[in-house]
Amino acid sequence: MTIAIRTDDLHVYFDKNHALKGVSMDIEMNQVTAVIGPSGCGKSTFIRCINRMNDLIPGCTVKGKVLVDGMDINDDDVDVVDVRRRIGMVFQKPNPFPKSIYENVAYGPRLHGVVETGNGKGRRRKHTKRELDEIVEHSLRRAALWDEVKDRMDKSGTSLSGGQQQRLCIARTLAVDPEIILFDEPCSALDPIATAKIEDLLVDLKKDYTVVIVTHNMQQAARISDRTAFFYLGDLIEMGDTKQIFERPQKEFTEQYITGRMG
Amino acid sequence: MMLNRRATEMAVFTLFRGCALLVVLALVVLLGYIVSGGLERLSVEFLTGMPRRANTEGGIFPAIVGTFYLMLIVLSISVPIGVMSAIYMVEYEQNSLMGKVFKMAVYNLAGVPSIVYGLLGLGIFVAFLGFGFSLISAGLTLSIMTLPLMISSAREAIAAVPSTVREASYALGATKWQTIWHHVLPYALPGIFTGMILSVSRAAGETAPLMLTGVAMSLQRLPDSFFDSFMALPYHVFYMATQSSDLLATRPIQYATALVLLLLVLGMNLFAIVLRKRYRDRYRW
Repeated sequence: MTIAIRTDDLHVYFDKNHALKGVSMDIEMNQVTAVIGPSGCGKSTFIRCINRMNDLIPGCTVKGKVLVDGMDINDDDVDVVDVRRRIGMVFQKPNPFPKSIYENVAYGPRLHGVVETGNGKGRRRKHTKRELDEIVEHSLRRAALWDEVKDRMDKSGTSLSGGQQQRLCIARTLAVDPEIILFDEPCSALDPIATAKIEDLLVDLKKDYTVVIVTHNMQQAARISDRTAFFYLGDLIEMGDTKQIFERPQKEFTEQYITGRMG
Repeated sequence: MMLNRRATEMAVFTLFRGCALLVVLALVVLLGYIVSGGLERLSVEFLTGMPRRANTEGGIFPAIVGTFYLMLIVLSISVPIGVMSAIYMVEYEQNSLMGKVFKMAVYNLAGVPSIVYGLLGLGIFVAFLGFGFSLISAGLTLSIMTLPLMISSAREAIAAVPSTVREASYALGATKWQTIWHHVLPYALPGIFTGMILSVSRAAGETAPLMLTGVAMSLQRLPDSFFDSFMALPYHVFYMATQSSDLLATRPIQYATALVLLLLVLGMNLFAIVLRKRYRDRYRW
């Protein structure tokens, strides 16, 4: 197995509040890694380190290393825009842009353009209409939304149902062709049927992407993930194969949490 | 006891409704008063003619044009500066000390009486920069005066754009500027339009700052440059109501001028409502 993301002694502070206390973790490529733990345990903070979303929070300091493909994404010479293009994120509450379905998906590719490598030099150009159409269709198909929206691409993304909106957000993320996709409790605002669709999708996506999902739903973690990490009060308590974590947890905290005696 | 509680409920409800009705009543009375007093004087000649015989005859065309020019100047100065400072305050200095200083400065500026802005304009634009008593001095003064209103409404509109949308944009690899330009500004436009119209309307109705920066009692011509003096509707009302040679005889002129000013401002508001609705429909949450 190849390591997609490695964190080394990762600390996060919000002003004086020590939210993440030295997390070292390996996340493997083309697997679903679930991050579980009670509210406020630092699980969201942790995955937001991976695409540097914590940069946006005033007073937030990140210490330690986050290595993606062996490169520390917090290095000074790393372009945060590039990090976020390569590492997509889907949020807790579906947050489509109040624009058409087509524009929602096309937005990312439009931002970045096409990089052409001809005679040794990378040149950036705009997508042609046809290329964009293809990316949009492909991404929507990949997010299992195409059949539901193909006849109303010009309708607003916000006119869709909650589950469809979340799949639209996934399609939007896929459209920029990331390597890793982070999901921050993607189903917490959805009903069980919509949740089941997203779960199927996540399992399917790991063929092509590395998936990390934060969830407060332990059954969900058990259903879809290959490996599970348990966080408690800013510490990574235990990480292992999902089956092992749920059947034979090594740490007492983990056992208490998954058996419902804590949290 | 039950009855008593219901009686209190009724009394409070009536009080609230009374207050709300009072507002409507005030508007109706005001409009009725001005329309009934000014309508008879309104004519094509009144709207398009030059004033004659010390403003007691003829039209108010120079005053309409003067006020229109003032609104244009305010629009082209106060709106861009206001929107850009609002962006700065929300997107760049939201929680910093600098941001708090800005916010306080805006609130305090909003409370400064307009005559004080007039004095400022007299000192800076008329005298120090040597623009003289002119359209540009008055326009710049009004622009500064309306800035706080413009900034605070733009700031509210920008801050009301959900942070989840900003996050979505950043997460796709957009830069801060791209996020602002593609998302924050378009979604905040309806609110910005509202602030724009409020500001321009306020500028159109001001009298005091104009008196210190270049308004003329009577002109037989239109201003031919930014540095020319000008007539303005609100000052015309004030002048005709206090200084004219025969106050009673010119009363219809006063009413009619006020009516034109009112129509101008209401027309602007209507335009803003149409614009706002169009943009709201475009970006539906």
